[in-house]
Amino acid sequence: MNAPESIGVVTARNAQFDRPVRLRSGAVIDRYELAYETYGRINEKRDNAVLVCHALNASHHVAGIYGGDPSSVGWWDNLVGPRKPVDTDRFFVVGVNNLGGCHGSTGPASINPGTGRPWGADFPVVTVEDWVQTQAQLADYLGIERFAVVMGGSLGAMQALQWTMSFPDRIRHALVIAAAPKLSAQNIAFNEVARQAIMTDPDFHGGDFYAHSVVPRRGLRLARMIGHITYLSDDAMAEKFGRALRDGALKFNFDVEFEIESYLRYQGDKFSDYFDANTYLRITKALDYFDPAADYGGDLTKALARAQAAFLVVSFTSDWRFSPARSREILKALVDNRLDVSYAEIDAPHGHDAFLMDDQRYHDLIRAYLDNVDIG
Amino acid sequence: MTRPIAAALRPAQADDSLSGRPEFDAIAAWIEHGAQVLDLGCGDGSLLRYLREARRAMGYGIEIDDANILASVRNGVNVLQSNLESGLAGFESGSFDYVILSQTLQAVRHTERIIGEMLRVGRQAIVTFPNFGYWGHRLQILCGRMPVSPTLPYQWYDTPNVHLFTIRDFEAFCADHGIRILERVVMDRGRMISILPNLLGSLAVYRFDRGPQP
Repeated sequence: MNAPESIGVVTARNAQFDRPVRLRSGAVIDRYELAYETYGRINEKRDNAVLVCHALNASHHVAGIYGGDPSSVGWWDNLVGPRKPVDTDRFFVVGVNNLGGCHGSTGPASINPGTGRPWGADFPVVTVEDWVQTQAQLADYLGIERFAVVMGGSLGAMQALQWTMSFPDRIRHALVIAAAPKLSAQNIAFNEVARQAIMTDPDFHGGDFYAHSVVPRRGLRLARMIGHITYLSDDAMAEKFGRALRDGALKFNFDVEFEIESYLRYQGDKFSDYFDANTYLRITKALDYFDPAADYGGDLTKALARAQAAFLVVSFTSDWRFSPARSREILKALVDNRLDVSYAEIDAPHGHDAFLMDDQRYHDLIRAYLDNVDIG
Repeated sequence: MTRPIAAALRPAQADDSLSGRPEFDAIAAWIEHGAQVLDLGCGDGSLLRYLREARRAMGYGIEIDDANILASVRNGVNVLQSNLESGLAGFESGSFDYVILSQTLQAVRHTERIIGEMLRVGRQAIVTFPNFGYWGHRLQILCGRMPVSPTLPYQWYDTPNVHLFTIRDFEAFCADHGIRILERVVMDRGRMISILPNLLGSLAVYRFDRGPQP
């Protein structure tokens, strides 16, 4: 057997939807575009499609690179590709940038056809349910009646979970990785700090910063720094940075001294170069609002009663943002409903970010699970 | 975390049954068609797989060991990674037809708690365990050594077993705890043993419930 390899050069596409979509908030978007990529081939029975849902800052660019830019590696390239755990020789993999995103799908920076100007503050708040709704439109567009698998980590896992409730007959397997059935007060608190960082940046201009040709860069940097702290475990941070000093000695000023400061500033700068502040606000709101049990008196078992999919639920021991206990809440609801589910708690040191890492136990498990998914 | 229990605790047996494991046949014979089962310490999931194929049983295995989780997923059975020693908190009372503990009871630290949890979650419980009273084991002790056999394949220093016991011990335990034994099968090398089970049997299989509640 040949070794796993990268899918190579990939191309992003855009799908246009002219049917209005009514969002959970009641707002209606008359027409929109979704950026997507596909890898592998749809088979004759059209039963080998895998939808990969992205989390906070990622996009439809799941695997491969863009022509002429070897550094543009997809965010889950270690998992998706020929003979990789999500094997594109077997599966037809779809990556999509969610509605409200900033990587090519219609979002706050897009032109509002009603005004001819960027949507900015007027772009509606979107939810996980809305994303799943529009992902289903993309599935129709691609001629996919039913996904073999919908998968994601973190916020992406929430979308996979939502798929099993919104479209129980259009998904056979859900891979729910590093997830939570709803955010805790602490999770929401971190999101609120990030939002406040953005909204109090003078360059934010109430969300209409495009007209002023500025970007609320300071806010985005802070938001990203906060996020990064929560994605890593204390141990991972200690291991990676410890108290190491950049220049070897204390300087008694407020320049970058500790390596962790340097890392956070670097991540913040990088993020503020490409990420849209309004998208960030909306994605954190989507996280905060996700709570499928809310309509069922807080009973997740009842919320998942209509699900039919089989599940693989994975958590990571060092993830304190969405700890294994949160995955167990999902697990209990699935077992109560006697749905097929397997659950693994991966002993990995990286914290929440572990779902993006190339960990053998984790990847072997996904490969083993997907090998048993019937296709063709 | 305690040491992995149920990891590779199922020794190879004489291959003279449908499943390749005689106690699996005994268990399958007791399980109603379409029953819902929970297999504690499910190893590589082969019992669950067998029960699904032979009895259309639906269920879940519980395992703590990473390699067994992977093997169970490969086997296509539902497996949940969890430490049995912390109980079955995620499972509703009376929600399964059978809770099975196959070749694991002797490796569990809190015996009373796990049996109690099995009878809380399951209508009935099934356990299989190596009989420490087996003549071969007694003989080795008489010779001054800890027994090593197909049902107790470990040396004293590397065994996951913490509570070795005999058939009579188990039945006394049940009597003391108000547990009603419904059926018993005793075997040695795949053969049923009917006389002197505590001496001639190396493996015991029991089905039991809480008995009539006052």
